[in-house]
Formats: sequence, C-alpha cells, structure tokens
Amino acid sequence: MTDYTTFSVDLDSDGIALLKIDVPNQGMNVIDDNLMKDLPAFIDEFVTNDDYKGLVIASGRDNAFMAGADLRMLEQQSGDLNKDAFEAGMTLNRAFRKLETGGHTDRQIQREGKKAKPVAVALEGLALGGGLELALAGHYRVAADSPKVKLGLPEVLVGLLPGGGGTQRIPRLAGLQNAAQMITTGANLDVKKAKAQNIINEIVEPGKTIEAATAWVKDNLGGTLQPWDVKGFKVPGGAGAMNPKAVQFFSAANAMALAKSKDNFPAIKAIMSCLYEGTQLPMTKAVEVETKYFLTLFADPVAQNMIRTLFVNKQAAEKGAGRPKDIAPVEIKKVGVLGAGLMGSGIAHVTAKAGLEVVSLDRTDEEAQKSVAYTKKILDKRVKRGKMTQEKADAFLARITPTSNYDDLKDVDLIIEAVFERPDVKADVIKKTEAVIREDVIFASNTSTLPIGGLAKNSKRPENFIGLHFFSPVERMPLLEIIPHEGTGDKALAAAFDYNRKIKKTPIVVKDVRGFFTNQVFPPYITEAVLMLMEGVKPALIENSALNLGLPIGPFAVADDTTLKLGYDVMKSTKEELGDAYKPSGTEDFYALMIEKVDRQGRRFGAGFYNYAEDGKRLNFWEGFSDHYPELNVQPSQAEVQQRLMYSQLIPTARTYDEGVVFDPQSADLGAIFGWGFPAWTGGPMSYIDTIGLPAFVATADMLAQRHGERFNPPQSFRDMADKGEALYGGEAKAYTKGALNRMLEADVVKIANSMGIAASVDDLKAATVAKILSAQAGKQAA
Amino acid sequence: MAEAFIYDAVRTPRGKGKKDGSLHEITPLQLASQVMSAIPERLNIDKGEVEDVAFGCVSPVGEQGAVITRTAILDAGFPIQTSGIQVNRFCGSGLEASNIAAAKVMSGECEIAMGGGVESMSRVPMGSDGGAMISDPQASFDAYFVPQGISADLIATKYGFSRDDVDAYAVESHKRASKAWEEGRFDKSILPVKDVMGVDVLAKDETIRPSTDMQALGALNPSFAMLGQNFGFNDVAQLKYPEVEKINHVHHAGNSSGIVDGASALLFGNKAAGERLDIKPRARIVSMASIGSEPTIMLTGPEVAAQKALKTAGMDAKDIDLYELNEAFAAVVLRFMQALDVDHSIMNVNGGAIAMGHPLGATGAMILGTMVDELERADKETALVTLCIGGGMGIATIIERI
Repeated sequence: MTDYTTFSVDLDSDGIALLKIDVPNQGMNVIDDNLMKDLPAFIDEFVTNDDYKGLVIASGRDNAFMAGADLRMLEQQSGDLNKDAFEAGMTLNRAFRKLETGGHTDRQIQREGKKAKPVAVALEGLALGGGLELALAGHYRVAADSPKVKLGLPEVLVGLLPGGGGTQRIPRLAGLQNAAQMITTGANLDVKKAKAQNIINEIVEPGKTIEAATAWVKDNLGGTLQPWDVKGFKVPGGAGAMNPKAVQFFSAANAMALAKSKDNFPAIKAIMSCLYEGTQLPMTKAVEVETKYFLTLFADPVAQNMIRTLFVNKQAAEKGAGRPKDIAPVEIKKVGVLGAGLMGSGIAHVTAKAGLEVVSLDRTDEEAQKSVAYTKKILDKRVKRGKMTQEKADAFLARITPTSNYDDLKDVDLIIEAVFERPDVKADVIKKTEAVIREDVIFASNTSTLPIGGLAKNSKRPENFIGLHFFSPVERMPLLEIIPHEGTGDKALAAAFDYNRKIKKTPIVVKDVRGFFTNQVFPPYITEAVLMLMEGVKPALIENSALNLGLPIGPFAVADDTTLKLGYDVMKSTKEELGDAYKPSGTEDFYALMIEKVDRQGRRFGAGFYNYAEDGKRLNFWEGFSDHYPELNVQPSQAEVQQRLMYSQLIPTARTYDEGVVFDPQSADLGAIFGWGFPAWTGGPMSYIDTIGLPAFVATADMLAQRHGERFNPPQSFRDMADKGEALYGGEAKAYTKGALNRMLEADVVKIANSMGIAASVDDLKAATVAKILSAQAGKQAA
Repeated sequence: MAEAFIYDAVRTPRGKGKKDGSLHEITPLQLASQVMSAIPERLNIDKGEVEDVAFGCVSPVGEQGAVITRTAILDAGFPIQTSGIQVNRFCGSGLEASNIAAAKVMSGECEIAMGGGVESMSRVPMGSDGGAMISDPQASFDAYFVPQGISADLIATKYGFSRDDVDAYAVESHKRASKAWEEGRFDKSILPVKDVMGVDVLAKDETIRPSTDMQALGALNPSFAMLGQNFGFNDVAQLKYPEVEKINHVHHAGNSSGIVDGASALLFGNKAAGERLDIKPRARIVSMASIGSEPTIMLTGPEVAAQKALKTAGMDAKDIDLYELNEAFAAVVLRFMQALDVDHSIMNVNGGAIAMGHPLGATGAMILGTMVDELERADKETALVTLCIGGGMGIATIIERI
C-alpha cells in the first residue's frame, strides 16, 4: 500500500477500506495539490487491488467533510485551452469516474455486466464544491442529522463551475431544475432538502454515518452501479432537446439566469450549457464536456479576478493582512457603543451577534432603549421564520445593555462612538467617556464626515483613537473602513482588526481624509448619472445601463434610498467649509430643484427620482424631469452611458490610490465591491483597469475628459505606469479573450485595438473590432 | 432572367386551431393535398406540368415531418416526377416557399412551380419541434432570446402604442375581415375543405368576430405579463433596450394572431409556359427580399425587408397601392405603418390574422394570394406583402397586377 499524506486507509477483515481524509496544513479539508496527487493514486489502487472489496470515505476532521478546492491552487491555472490542459483538467473527473465504475469502461458495464466495487460516503459536516463532488462519485451517501452538514456547490460565487462532475451528477439525481437552482446560485442544502432531492441516500444520528455507510457497503459487496450507468436511466423530470418539459425548462431558466447575471458572469452560461449538453450525453462524455467548459472559465479574466478579490484578498484582509504583526491579540469581550441611533443600533447589533457584551449608551434611558428595540425587531423576524430559537434570541438580546449612565462603560474593552455628526457633541462624549474607561481602551469613531485627526484632538490619548467607518444598514453592509489618523498607535490599529475578526466584516485601511475612500468615489458616480439626466438622457436608460453593468441597484434608486436631501446637505456643508476652494459638480441646480422647488427629497420623504406608493414601494420615475431637462431626441447608446458610469467610478478610485487614500489595489477593489456594490464580475475597479490594460484605461479616460470634462482626467501616476508597461497587480499582460473583450466597454475595446495599431472606432460594430483584436493577437502568437 | 408570373392562388378557410375547431379532424396531409391538387384542376392543366412544389411548414415534426410536401404530392395524385421541398422560415415560410417557387421559374430551373404552405396547429402544436434557439444556453444567452409576445409588447412600449391603440387596430381587423367576407372578396381563392367522404367541413374562416368592440377586448388580460415578469424575459429585453423603463404588456388573445389550421398554394410559371398551357397570368413578381433584424425585438423585420424589396424594384414606399403585413401582433403592423408612413386605409384592407388566424406555415402564401385577388377587385397595380419572423427576420414580396 502506498503512503498517502492527505488521508489514512484502514482495511477491515471484510475487505472494506475506510478512507479518512485529513489534509495537512489546511484549516479544513480541501482539495489541494497533495490531495490531487493522492486521490487518483488511491482510486487506481482501489479498483485494481483485489484485497479491496469496498470503500467508505469519511473525514478525519471534526469541522468538515471537505470544503471544496483550494482556490489558491486554482488561481494558478494557466488559462490555456489545448489538449494538454484538457488532459490535466480531467484528472479529478477521470478519477471520480473510475471510482464509480470500478474502472470498467461503458462497454464493459453495458455489454459484459461488469459492476463497480461499492463506495459509500459518510458525511458528518460540510461538503462543499469538490468535497460534495467526491461524495457524489460514491454510490451511497449517508449524512448525519445535524445542522453542521451543509451540501453545496459554491463555485459560481467565484466565477467558476463545479468541475468535478457536479454539473452532471446533481441533475441526474435531483433533476434539472433543482440542479440549476443549486449550481447557479451556489446556495447550500441542509440534510433534509438534500435527501428530498435524492442527493443523499440516508440520514442517521450524528456519529453513526461511518457505521451506516459500512453496513451498506457490506450489503453490496457483490458490486453496484450508479443509477446513470444502469440501462434505461432517465434524468428525473426529463432532459434533452427532444423533451418538451426540458425545452420549456431551459427556455425559462436561461432567461432567468440571464436576467439575474446580466450576462456578466460567463460561469452562469457555462453551467447552463453543462446542464443542457451534459444531460444528453453518457456520463463518461458528459464530464469531458464539463471539463472543457470549466477550462474556458480560466481563459476568461472574470474567474481569476473574482477569485483574487472575492476570495484570496478578501480572506487575507479578514485575517488581518493590514494588522501590525508584532502586537499581541487585543482581548475584546465588552464593547461600549455610544449613541443608539440607526448606526449605533446597527453596530450594537453586529457586536452582540459576534457574542460580545454591548453597553449601548445614549442621552436618556429611553433613547438608549432604541438599540435594544432595533435588534429585537430583527431577531423576532428570525424566530418567526424559524431561523432562530427563542432561547438564542433571548440570549442575543440580553447581551445588549442600554444605559444613559457613563459609569456603565467602566469595564468595556473598546468604545465605538456613533453620536450626532457635530464636533462639539463628539468632543463632549469623548471627554465623558475617557473619564471612566480604562487607559488602554481603544476609542473608535464611526464618523463618516469628520476627520479622525480632528476628533482625536479632543482625546487625552490620541494614540488610542481611530476611525471605524461602518455602512448602513450595518448588519447587511459587509465593508468596514479602518481609519488611523496620523497619531494612531499600532495597538489601536491591531485592536480594530481584532474586533473586526469577531464581527466578520471585510476591512480596509484608509487614510484620514475627507470622505475616506468610499465616500470620495461613490458620489462622483451619482453625480455623473445626474449630469446625464440633466443633459436629457432618459432616466431609465441611465438606471438600466448601471444595472446591466452589474451594479446591484441603479444610481437613482440608491440616491433616493440615501435621500437627495443628504446629498444636498453634504453639498452645502462642503461648500460652506471649503469656500472658494469648492469645486462645483454641475449638479447643484438639480439638487436645488429637487429639494427646494419640487420637494422630491428621497424615498423616506415619499418622492424622489421615483414616485413611491404609500407603503414606500418604488413605482415609476417622476414624469417631471423632461419639463426641466428636455429629453434628447437622439439618446446615447447604452455603451456610451455605461462608459461614463464606469469611468466615474474608475477615475476617482485611481485618484484615491494615487493619493494614498488606499494603500494598495487590493483595498480599492474590496472597498468598491463591498462598499457600494461595484460590479463583482470585474474583481473591482483596479482589476478592471488591469484587465483592459493601463494604456486603454488612460486612452478612454482622455477621450471622456475631452468630451465631458476634466473630471475624467486620469492621475499622472497611471499615465506613467501605462507608459512603462506596468500593471496595478503586477504580472505579465495576458492575451485578451473573446469573452473578456465582449464584456468590456466598447470604448475600451476600441482603445485596445488602437493601441495594437488597428484602425477602429466606436462607430464600428463592437463584434468586428473584437474580431480584429483576436486575429491580430493570433497572428502575433503564430509569429 | 425570366419573369415569374402568378397564374392562380387558392387557400383553405382557416379553422380554429383547437380540439373543437372544424379542421381538427383534417390531417395536415389532407390540407396540403387538397390545395395542391385544386390549382391544376381549376386551371385544367395536367398535374405533371408542376415540376417542383415548395410548401412552408413551421412545425415539421410528427405528421407534418418528413417533407410533408412530397408526401402530399403523392397523396394528391401528382405524377411521381413532381418533387417537393418543405420550407421553414418561421412565420415567413409560406411566402418564402412562394418566393422559392418564383425564383425557380426566374432562374430557369422550372417552367412551372408551385409555392404554398400548410399548418395544422390543432394537431401539431406550435413549438413541437423545440429548437436550440430557445433551449440551448449558448444560443439564448447570446441572442437575448425572448418569446414573441414579449417582443411585441416591447415594440408597443418602445414606439408608444397604448393598449387602446392595439385594441382599436384589432377591432378594425375583425370589421374588415367580416366586410370582406360579406362582399365575397375572398371567393376567388377560397377552397372549402372536404372530409374523407368528400363533404365540405369548412367553407369560411372560423374565428372572425364581427361584433368585437373595444369593451370586449378591454376585458381581456394581457397574455405575456406573467411570462415577462416571472421568468426574467422582461429583464432580458431590457438588457438590450435599457431606455425602456417598464415593458407595457398590451397584447392578448384578442389583438394577436389567432391559432388556426389551414393551407394555401399558388402556381408560378414563366410566360412561355402560360402561353403553351393557355392559362392567364394574374400578377407578376416584381421583387423579393429576406433580411435579418435585431432578434430580441424580433418583429421589426418587415420594414427592413420592405425597404430592401422596394430598393430592388427601384420603387418608393409611396409607389405601393396596397400593403399586406401579417397581423402577428397589432403593434407589429402599427410600427410598420409608423416607420414607412403607410396609411391604414391601404394596409391589410381585408383584415388579417387577428381576425382570421395565422396558420404559421401557410399564412405567407395565403396573404400573397389575397393580394392577387384584391389588386384585381380594387383595380390597383402594386402590392407589397410582408411578414415578421421569429429569430429576427423579415420577408417581403412586391407584385404587380397583369
């Protein structure tokens, strides 16, 4: 028997092997390079060695069966599309197929009646991605009746598809509809649902899965087959282009997937194609088609950008990549939250949710009680929906202690201040708080408009003073901006990260400047939308162009939600503060019209860009825009609108990076995606710029600046990087793929073509320009 | 190149395309066979003179599969040397089949050829043949495919036609169709359908409602609202048409073409053949065109096809005396009239598919025949026949009365 490093194998007297997966140097079992070597080798041995009569696969870990593939390994994928890449890509699929067929060919199974040695899988915990796919290659799955067992194929969330047979075995067990739902959303199933969908075969008490799996194997030592290898097998619910039900399903499911993904995620289309094409093929061929689609996703920048930002960089940030290394962990058990308004209540909620004690302070007991009410409302809903027990909700709520007495703050480990945004109010609160807290306690301010350094002047211990900028609603918004001012000490920064690890936000460190990062970049995007509206572009065209680009909500809808009044107030106060230095955005008149003349101040006020129903439901756009800003007879194309919306985010992001407001491209990408929902398929603004290439970025920006104003001027450092052939994330520039070019803005595609010496303009068909770029690249490669 | 003339045209009445429709008991083979044999019999020429027959059929599966045209040729008693082809250009199939027959004459391949079409929608339901266009993700993601009803509603929304506009158009279609029947305008080409005993089962179009009014139509619920909203099709349409804030679902069973059974045929020939057989040409093919157009809005192809056919003919839209555009959906016709500035008084003068139904594969040839009759009756010179087509296409044929 060969030695394996990622699992143990024990053979019992019946010839039944127990394989227990325990992948070293990983938090949970994952498919990494080592397991990729061990598993196929063992499967070869298992099917050929007669000492083995059957197999039970289980986890040697408590926390999971297997959590999927190690994305760091996948990030290294070359993206080559050729026979060698295919052969390498088939490793896992071939091994899994061998396991379920006992190493027999389709012909041997069908003509000679060969069967496979029985393989059962014991699931006591998470089985995600490749972990679930391994389980599906077994003939029988036993799961523990435990909430710890979650089954899912989350690959789509990082722009991939389950490439280990998941797109083929799930539809053959659960039918096309369940499969599409599971694989295109990446959502998990609990044990009961998985059983109902035929994805697992048996549910037993926790701790008994190996026993039950072994029993099944013992009963089937004569050999077994997967249902799809038995003659006459039909996909549950039907499949195939000749099946009217399947045709109807695909007609609607394709549209729904397209509507949801806005055609920005190549993985969704690839998954649907795997389901459509694969279920019409025998399994051996089906997994080959799946592998081919899988590999095409690596040839497209979307998956690599998503893996980099949404997984690798996100995880690194959450683990504290920006935390000072030599500071011991800061113990935080009790947090004082000052102010029980919307933000304070939200902060109290997420803090209590993390299991920490919260002292929620406001001017009066009655005011302070608001934070308790805020959390109670959320918990009541969860209990009502059966997502939480009453006991747990009660314990959760009990962790929040409302008070108006500063003395109650005396034993807290961290202060987060979220009181009214006025320097004098904040100064008073800082003074009163510092009078009672321990000297080593870090004081964090959740201000969104006031400089942290300015507030720190009110502190006796400015080295302990830091900014923690949450977004509203706190319990839903994933980003946390950590803002050290010039005098912030390492310990305060470390404490901010240590607190964040408990509340599990995605943190970025940002320089102490007005608007920090997100509030510098996001408003220009709204401004651009308003400017277009003022020029006479139809509001629907602007809004839908943003949605189609992949923003989760249109600029006008979000401006209504945060209220126009807020935008107007910020504009006025900035103007007041900056005086002559204030640079008008060009939208001043518009806001004055909306706030002062027509009283459409935002959703909360019952009217804004949109009309609203009594219950706050968003209706249609206000019909009055064209009275003030006549609609253009010839509307711009969606491509033109999208490039302005995109570059109104890219340019300020580039500028903040240039000015050191964010310290690395990673933070800018994370901040953009998690702060305001910058299209995730791009991997973030910096990833987008790298994908199109800095020269194209600079050229498009220059064109926009010429047409629409200097706000589109790219920073000099970006010009320099473009000239030097550098990339934001480093690394070599890759060839452009068709999919990548199709998803890029038309202007960017034209600029890429121009930079390659190809005559092209936005008046040409985009598809024609794409074809020219691809053929020029192919020529270059051939040469 | 030889000129192609239309020597005769026939069509069946259109029977309601459901189980209680009068033609439900009639097989598509019979429908095709009866119109096919009628022309040589009417003209009193030998069936063997017809060298090739092209018939449109949009759901060519089941009993409409396996080249229904050849099957019908043999059934209709043509000699074995007459060949047959089945043509599918969705709703344009019948006109395309006619154009193919005309082209065979013009190219010199045939002296005499027949065009036409057949569709028994009650027996072979629409969509029976599936298709990669709607099921294969590679196709439907790339084309932003939406069902035709959504496209029609998109046209109405984009070009500003209200529910009242489309309903009013539908009311007029029924009125015109009803009046046309009263005045016997279809008499020349209507061929009653016979059953196995040889007895007539249907002699008149079955779905016309002369009394239909705005109130009756106003009571109908939009047909495509649920489809558009619940299955993502509205969002898909807005991916390509972001300027549309919200798709206004105005179409319903009463202002869209009806589902019916029917067949049609026309005889094409060159001048010499006509003289030899002593038959009189009734119209001349002036020009023909088929085009592709944007597939999501799908049904705006007729204006492009018409313009191409006009250009080929060296004509202007104003030179056409009568227009016939298949009434797939009311908004399709309203948009065509808006785009080419065509007055309703010369568009679909005898009603259309909203009143009489749209037997998919047969309609194109039916309305071409209708125009041959109408040019003669109204003493007009030129007519342009056109249809919108699934997948984003359009087809048009211009004819001139002899």
